Amino acid sequence: MKLVKLLAISATAMAIAGAAHAADTVKVGMIAELSGPGAPSGTNWRDGTRLATEEINADGGILGKQVEVSEFDTQTDPQTSRALVQKAIDDGAYAIWGTVYSGSTMVNMLVAQQNSVPQFVGSEAPAIVQKGNPFVFRTSSGAQKGIPDLTSYFKRTLDAKTVGIAWVNNEFGKGGHDVFAAQMEKLGIKVVADVASEQGQTDYAADVSKLKEAAPAAIFVYMNQEESARFLIEAKKQGLTMPLIGEVTLTEAKVVELAGDAAEGAIAHVGLTASATSVPGIAEFVTKFEAKFNRHPTHDAIKGYIGAWATKYVTEMVGKFDGEAFSNVMHGLCLDAKSYPHMLLDTCWDEHGEMSRPSFMVQVTGGKAEVIGIVNSN
Amino acid sequence: MSQFLQVMLSGLATGSIYALVAIGFTLIWQSAKTVNFAQGEFVMLPAFFVLVCTKVLALPLWLALIVALAVTVVVLGVLFKKLVVEPILPSGGIPLTIATMALAIFLKESVKEFYGAEAQPFPPLFPSQTLNVFGAVISLQDICNLVVALAIVVVLTLFLNRTRTGRCMQAAAQNPAVAEILGINVRRMVLYAFLINGALAALASFLITPVYLAKFSNGEVLGLIAFIAAIVGGFNQIRGALAGGLLIGVLDNLTATYVTAEYRAALPLVLLIVVILVRPQGLLGTSEGRAV
Amino acid sequence: MTRLNKRPALLLFLLVLAILAPLGHGNYIIYVLTSWLIFSIAAMGLNLTLGYAGQISLAQASFMAIGAYTTAIMTLAGWHWLIAAPVGMVLCFLVGLVLGYPALRVKGHFLAFVTLAFNTLVFLVLRNEDWLTGGSYGLSSMPRPDFYLFKTLKQLPFYYFTLAVTVVAALVLWGIVRSPWGRAFKALRENPVRAESLGVDTRRITLLAFAIGSAYAGLAGALVSPLVQYIDPGSFGLSQSLRILLMVVVGGSGFFFGPFVGAAVVILLPEMLRFTAGYYLIIYSALVIVMLAYVPNGLIGIGTRLRERFWPQHRARGDLAKGAQLK
Repeated sequence: MKLVKLLAISATAMAIAGAAHAADTVKVGMIAELSGPGAPSGTNWRDGTRLATEEINADGGILGKQVEVSEFDTQTDPQTSRALVQKAIDDGAYAIWGTVYSGSTMVNMLVAQQNSVPQFVGSEAPAIVQKGNPFVFRTSSGAQKGIPDLTSYFKRTLDAKTVGIAWVNNEFGKGGHDVFAAQMEKLGIKVVADVASEQGQTDYAADVSKLKEAAPAAIFVYMNQEESARFLIEAKKQGLTMPLIGEVTLTEAKVVELAGDAAEGAIAHVGLTASATSVPGIAEFVTKFEAKFNRHPTHDAIKGYIGAWATKYVTEMVGKFDGEAFSNVMHGLCLDAKSYPHMLLDTCWDEHGEMSRPSFMVQVTGGKAEVIGIVNSN
Repeated sequence: MSQFLQVMLSGLATGSIYALVAIGFTLIWQSAKTVNFAQGEFVMLPAFFVLVCTKVLALPLWLALIVALAVTVVVLGVLFKKLVVEPILPSGGIPLTIATMALAIFLKESVKEFYGAEAQPFPPLFPSQTLNVFGAVISLQDICNLVVALAIVVVLTLFLNRTRTGRCMQAAAQNPAVAEILGINVRRMVLYAFLINGALAALASFLITPVYLAKFSNGEVLGLIAFIAAIVGGFNQIRGALAGGLLIGVLDNLTATYVTAEYRAALPLVLLIVVILVRPQGLLGTSEGRAV
Repeated sequence: MTRLNKRPALLLFLLVLAILAPLGHGNYIIYVLTSWLIFSIAAMGLNLTLGYAGQISLAQASFMAIGAYTTAIMTLAGWHWLIAAPVGMVLCFLVGLVLGYPALRVKGHFLAFVTLAFNTLVFLVLRNEDWLTGGSYGLSSMPRPDFYLFKTLKQLPFYYFTLAVTVVAALVLWGIVRSPWGRAFKALRENPVRAESLGVDTRRITLLAFAIGSAYAGLAGALVSPLVQYIDPGSFGLSQSLRILLMVVVGGSGFFFGPFVGAAVVILLPEMLRFTAGYYLIIYSALVIVMLAYVPNGLIGIGTRLRERFWPQHRARGDLAKGAQLK
């Protein structure tokens, strides 16, 4: 029975240590895809939160307490992510930042919900805010919100009668594909080619040749970064002439870097873009990020950054560390970029935790994504 | 029709890369009875050696390629044999096979931690101009890949069949004990096989990375397809690996275009299972040492 | 002879330890312990294939998937776990027979290749057949088994439920390995030619070992379903199969308790090596290679080797604890 005693003692010791700590710091769990297929997204998310944490602590922390972030690697595995969210909360985390992959978020957000812990996620799958979870908040618009903004571009600007869809067949791509296909049906635009590809696929010859054969007026491309780049390279090779339009990823700096010339002319609707440097907050963010990490931030980095800062802003609005109160204030809240500069743009959350804010249409010209239009939040 | 031609040509170009990887796999299998599950990672790695040379050491591309080739041959040829294969082979084939799986994780994670998780662009070796062949578009790059792969197979076959060293290698692979008695330095012959495998991996890496982009996880799919190609074509034949590689490249593209995109990845796997069922020695393989 | 008396005492001590381990701990630790037990079951099954029958299987995760999805679909439709789990296991057993038959006809590493292909095929089916499996989004909110007086909804009761299942599974396996049929393995492993000449049908025994090993993975999957209450195709990929394979090898393939040790190492290592940040997989894989070079018998092999060195008199009964050498 010595063991039980020992365990009891260690548990008490841990509790005491936790209490002593609680006096001057507030704990946050950063749970992201630091290894496995989600690593590019997860590491950017993490670096965004790191930059924000540094700034928040230099700024006096949250309600005068320094933020102490524990970082956890989900290995892009939903089961592990669930265990880690549990661990972070067991350790006394006041808020959770992450995860980015929707498959993981779908599982671990249940744990945060059970413990009434606010959670900022980088995932864009529609289902996340449709489960009635009051503690989950997006840091970018979900696919079901972003894509309808984009579809008006197909209808009004391009006046397309037919479209093709090239999408990556994972939970991210499928979410976007389903919303887009439903929108096209609503608008009476015919989907003449619907081409699914694998995550990590390298050979897009068949995909592009199918789209070329079907000859739609425009093509919606919804894939992760490298896949987008490989697709653009093959599209250029086979000489696809119709406009290639994406949501968020297609015109990202990383995709443009990888695809080179092949990215010229690609268009995308982006909720947040590091290339919208006409917005002062974003320009400043990009400079700071590049100085600290020596590379260009992706939109996942911006998402992590905003999630961290929103935690500070809203907690200070509430005036105490209370997950329930936090979630009540968040719903229907708007933070304008003037009073809350680190939100970068005017940002609102609705009663489901969905986020909206102005978004942009951008096009790649001369190797840079240039803003060609602003879409106001709906 | 132009679509069919397009898909065929692209399939051949991709298939030629699979073939290069599969040939190295076959060589190692023959000479050291090693099933190398890290073969895909062997192709992923050399591209990063080139990137380190050009980005960190600021070498010109041609020099970077030569340095990377040399480093690959040393690391994936000599060191692989000395540090992984030789110490573990005495314990048997299964531990060695499992060790190569661990090696795959090791290489992948090392590249990710020390170079980066995101894909990197890679300079093309050949101009990216395209040619129009009856409505199908093929890039100069594709043609070069195909030509290089075929040339390597021809050279390698000539080397193994026509030169003294090549024939010694074959003898050493087929019956090490007898070869030893005949005065062949079996250990050296085995080393040659590992060196050739390293060089082939480096070449395949240089040829495909401009299109595939350099990423730590590139080896996963490539390795799997390469040894499916090796088994389908015939494990103990170099031309078998070539045939298997081209066949899978073409079939993969045909399936994706005309049958199903959702299940395209299943095709090589189904092909593998069917071949093992019907003709376990592979399409071009001879049955020696394979059947029960 | 003294060891015969010691053994049950030792086992009892381990069992008591397993019962006391989660007490006083937070949900996370209990969760980790539960997944350790589940992966031990999957690894036990693979140990039968790898350690006793000498074949590599890279499809253990996909058999877990079959068990997990069967259980999930049936329990969501209102069937009790006690019915769903055995259905999943039987399905795995049958699939194992069908898959193993062609692969084991031919000597060599063919089972490794066929199972490798099979793992990816299962992933594709799970992802593409949305109507049955929920596709990329997976299935969620599976109920945890309810035994009227004993409800497993909370983390701690679920741990004890898993522990009970694990103990039963281990006892059954112990019986299999000790049966005449199980002894045929040992004969097969130690000298295949002699075993065959003595009338042991090596192919049939290997095939059965693979099918039973697959059924164990199905059982592990049937436990994952209610534990995580969410399953998706990505959780049962090739890397998961590889992870289980390495558990068996690290623990000591062919040793009865190897899988428990290996699963503990693989599940707990990320925790222990957290200070190394992203490097733990690099360190782990390097350690596995080094281990295979020097002690191919795994951690239990090290233990046995040390014991034989210091207490050589135990060697007489070594065959009880020690199964196959990894060869």
